[in-house]
Amino acid sequence: MLKTDNISKYYDEKAVVEGVSVEIPKGRITSFIGSNGAGKSTLLSIISRLIKQSGGNVYLEGTPITDIADSELAKRVSILKQSSHVNIRLTVRELVSFGRFPYSGGRLTKEDEETVSRAIGYMDLESSENKYIDTLSGGQRQRAFIAMIIAQDTDYVLLDEPLNNLDMKHSVQIMKTLRRLTDELGKTVVLVIHDINFASCYSDYIAALKDGKLAGFGTVDEMIEGGILRDVFGMEFDVREMNGSRICLYYT
Amino acid sequence: MRDSVKLAVLSAIAVCCILLFMFYDAGSDLSFILPERGAKIAAMVLTGVAVAYSSVIFQTITFNRILTPSVMGFDSVYLFLQTTALFLFGGGGLMMVNETFNFSVSALSLMLFIFFLYKLVFVRKGNVFFLMLVGVVMWTLFRSLTVFMQMLIDPNEYAVVQDAMFASFNNVRADLIGVSAVIIAVVVIFCVPMLRKLDVMLLGREHAINLGISYDPLVKKVLIIITLLVAVPTALVGQMTFLGIIVSNLAYETMKTYRHAYVITCASLISVIAIIGGQFILERVFYFNITISVIINFAGGIYFIYLLTRESKRC
Repeated sequence: MLKTDNISKYYDEKAVVEGVSVEIPKGRITSFIGSNGAGKSTLLSIISRLIKQSGGNVYLEGTPITDIADSELAKRVSILKQSSHVNIRLTVRELVSFGRFPYSGGRLTKEDEETVSRAIGYMDLESSENKYIDTLSGGQRQRAFIAMIIAQDTDYVLLDEPLNNLDMKHSVQIMKTLRRLTDELGKTVVLVIHDINFASCYSDYIAALKDGKLAGFGTVDEMIEGGILRDVFGMEFDVREMNGSRICLYYT
Repeated sequence: MRDSVKLAVLSAIAVCCILLFMFYDAGSDLSFILPERGAKIAAMVLTGVAVAYSSVIFQTITFNRILTPSVMGFDSVYLFLQTTALFLFGGGGLMMVNETFNFSVSALSLMLFIFFLYKLVFVRKGNVFFLMLVGVVMWTLFRSLTVFMQMLIDPNEYAVVQDAMFASFNNVRADLIGVSAVIIAVVVIFCVPMLRKLDVMLLGREHAINLGISYDPLVKKVLIIITLLVAVPTALVGQMTFLGIIVSNLAYETMKTYRHAYVITCASLISVIAIIGGQFILERVFYFNITISVIINFAGGIYFIYLLTRESKRC
């Protein structure tokens, strides 16, 4: 179980995240929602030790993550940030192979190679595994990075806006993959996501943030509800039940 | 051509350069000429490796391919520290008489300076051009301060230490070769397990942390190594501002792989070839009319400007 306890982050006295305590249920997809600047990405970065918090603690199965060695933590929690641009020329396979670094230290064993191949297959990238990532389209590149995270084979997978800049088809594809990761492989997935309807259709739990504070946490049925969403986003939502999912209408 | 084949070819060329330099026109009295040339070759190889090594790992931890420790003015700082020591304690002081002590103190001060600079500008995600500006300012500042202090030093004392101050390939500090060789050998061996971590660093800070790299401790280690690798060649043969840029970028273009083990080896070989081959041509063709640093800085400066224009187009 991944748990934050009273996490705060200040930049020059200004609170970006303030006193957030949330327990992320294991083996489920949890989405962080909220307006721009609500502190979703910052919280995710703190949970994954990319940013140091000003106060509070993050616990992984009861142990503060600061007490876990970096190399050990990399086998249990992975994070993919939104701007995944890389300076060097790498093929898809080379990039995905980096996912095995926590285990192999850069010297891939036969099992590592197999895991890499499986991750590439999982993201449907076999045909382009020898292409350089700077020649790929945005959607393919994003899938290559997700394949790297899959090869890293951690129990917890944290993704910061994985649908950023993707069209509908690729977005659906990625969300379905994440669903498979939890349902088939038992991973715990935590997302920062802007599209409320993707959050509603594919998540199990929703955590809403407003002005750096936790504005609500619960199952999709509890959270995707007109009153709560109005509080979180400050606008009206028309929530309808369609094909078993809750869909929010807010465009007009 | 495969990367390992390229490295083999480069090694062969490097060995040829060394042999040529050693034995060309050596005359009959080998016992006189070989030790002298040997010392020179040792200094050039050490310099080549140190400059190539420090440039590549510096570029990795700062996420760019244009800046090198010398462009950031690190070796100017080293010379400044030397001059300050001379100015404060005089030619007879412990700093000037005891080489090891001198080197340790200077290297340590340089290390403090680099850490300070790193905290100050690199942590704030400065872009390449901002950092370069800082480098130019540092370079000029410490250059001017050095020259200023040299003006103030008593001319007699100055003459005594002039040799030490202005080392060049024609005036190698033979007395420092032993200690330099030990330092560089230790650093290179110490670095081997670190190279694969540096490969991961190429993905950027966030990916590196995600993959379990202890980012800050690793950067600190690399900075310490860079300090030593800057101090050694500066003490041995003086400043080589643009050598690092040429050899690191030629290595990136030569090698298909991103792996540091290959890139650093390639850069070191190119560096050795450039220095020894260049020095050979200078001594035998131009009869010492110019120094190799002048040529390397001239060619390197032009290459540097080319890289800058290419970089600015990409941004």
